[in-house]
Amino acid sequence: MNVLPLKDDSVAAKRAQFTVVPLRHPWRWAAAAIVAILLLLLLQAVVSNPNLQWPVVASYILNPIILRGLWVTVGLTLVIMFFASVIGMIVALMMLSPSKMLSLPAAGFIWWFRGTPALVQLILWYNLSLIFKDITLWLPGLGTVFSVPTNTVMTPLVAAVVALSLHEAGYMAEIIRNGLKSVNRGQTEAALCLGMKPSLLLRRIVIPQAMRVIIPPTGNETINLLKTTSLVSIIAVGDLLYSAQAIYARTFETIPLLLVATFWYLVVVSIMTVGQGYLERHYSRDEAGHDPAPGGFSRLGSILMMREKWRGAQ
Amino acid sequence: MKTNHFERFAISPSVMIHASDVRKSYGSLEVLKGVNISVPNGSVACIIGPSGSGKSTFLRCINHLEEINSGLLLVDGDFVGYRLKDDKLHELRASQICARRAEIGMVFQHFNLFPHMTVLENLIEAPIKVRGEHRAEARLHALELLRRVGLAEKATAFPRQLSGGQQQRVAIARALAMRPKVLLFDEPTSALDPELVGEVLSVMKDLARDGMTMVVVTHEIGFAREVADQLIFMDGGTVMEQGDPREMIANPQSPRTREFLAKVL
Ligand SMILES: Nc1ncnc2c1ncn2[C@@H]1O[C@H](COP(=O)(O)OP(=O)(O)OP(=O)(O)O)[C@@H](O)[C@H]1O
Ligand SMILES: [Mg+2]
Repeated sequence: MNVLPLKDDSVAAKRAQFTVVPLRHPWRWAAAAIVAILLLLLLQAVVSNPNLQWPVVASYILNPIILRGLWVTVGLTLVIMFFASVIGMIVALMMLSPSKMLSLPAAGFIWWFRGTPALVQLILWYNLSLIFKDITLWLPGLGTVFSVPTNTVMTPLVAAVVALSLHEAGYMAEIIRNGLKSVNRGQTEAALCLGMKPSLLLRRIVIPQAMRVIIPPTGNETINLLKTTSLVSIIAVGDLLYSAQAIYARTFETIPLLLVATFWYLVVVSIMTVGQGYLERHYSRDEAGHDPAPGGFSRLGSILMMREKWRGAQ
Repeated sequence: MKTNHFERFAISPSVMIHASDVRKSYGSLEVLKGVNISVPNGSVACIIGPSGSGKSTFLRCINHLEEINSGLLLVDGDFVGYRLKDDKLHELRASQICARRAEIGMVFQHFNLFPHMTVLENLIEAPIKVRGEHRAEARLHALELLRRVGLAEKATAFPRQLSGGQQQRVAIARALAMRPKVLLFDEPTSALDPELVGEVLSVMKDLARDGMTMVVVTHEIGFAREVADQLIFMDGGTVMEQGDPREMIANPQSPRTREFLAKVL
């Protein structure tokens, strides 16, 4: 903070009598120079190395198999995140319930699904038929209502959705619980006093306020999940990585195709980051007041500003 | 038709809130030890008393935020939390409790406005979603109430952009938007800077003049003397003394009341 009243004319006038010598930062300049040289060397290595086969990379970027894999990856991420949020919300509400019969199973759920690696759960669900041969609904009095062999239900795609949804739900439950707990008790009481039912109160008062706490970690979780879905290539679900692998298994263009997959993962993650910024702004509109505050582009904006400063410094 | 139980319990039908021998415990701690209070329709009752004497707890029992353990508690002739049928008290379902609460307004020490909604949205949310009013109708009523508390120009502001006194006036308007039969205030001015207390009290005085039934827990003895129809002094979970505020303040009967008044005056 500036303590001096610089706007004051007399002070400004006094200052103007002197030449101001800015503090020099020689070490900062030296470090920047070293980094610049390293970056140039890296760029040269990347561009000139024939093993990276950039023309091949370019030719596969819009390959239909790759694009279909991209859609599977994005679709899986969205579907899994949806189920994980719904299950996570239920588990979070159970955790907050005063009844031990609800909160203990919920704690067990989180313990189990956060405590085991996603890959292990994926393979376990995929091999469910080794534990339960058939999936059967049996009702007292009616007998067996239906029964199907587990293998026909637990396709690779279903196994992927079930395993990763439950795994992710463990994390989402904790995130949502923290969010719900962050809302002041007085809010609930005020809403109750206005005659609101618990469901309405949750939907209109508590969740919108909890969102502010829930969204940032959920954004990170979604980005993580996008990358975690690449595990499903192990059980032959045709996601982005699996599609790239399927092509290079034939053509042996391993590195270019992995670069294609990398490119698309980065594109989707970047889009998600921008979207997260917009969501965060939407749920903190009271803090922004009426001003259209910088949202998703703020990061981009600050990078541009830094470039401007850099120019100004020269 | 609503069933009333005034006659049966020898309560005058002009009584809005009737409590006799109301008891309430948290675990082994008895917080209300037989409270007897009667608030006539259209009157103002002020409750004073030392910290921990059970003032807030009693208010919270009236709108069933807390359940009483024994005693008789009626609001407008209905048992709080129960329905009398065939000589038995039937516990109300959650939705019925909500419907009863909707008729009782409450104003809190810390305002508890919904921070993610504008002032207008704060006022119309419950009338639309709970009372089923049309949006246009609710809006019109809300704007009129905001005018009444002197905040018509703040309709589109968010709570955090308002001063404490303004927030509390919005909170009062929000309670009024539900067209309540009775308003409960729990220390409505205790969280305010001294210079903001007046604007809130003046809104409350207007309400009293318009005949709103109010129960006000407060430390503002001046307000109680000027506005209250009865003053209630609570201590240790019971009503120590109650009566006409001017008489009681000028000439307290119990030594505890005298001691307390000497401290706050
Ligand atoms: N939820 C609760 N669980 C256990 N004890 C409680 C609970 N709420 C209140 N109490 C206790 O009940 C007693 C009365 O509390 P209450 O809030 O009604 O007092 P009060 O008269 O409003 O005091 P103050 O002037 O400080 O607001 C206190 O001893 C308090 O500790
Ligand atoms: Mg209190």
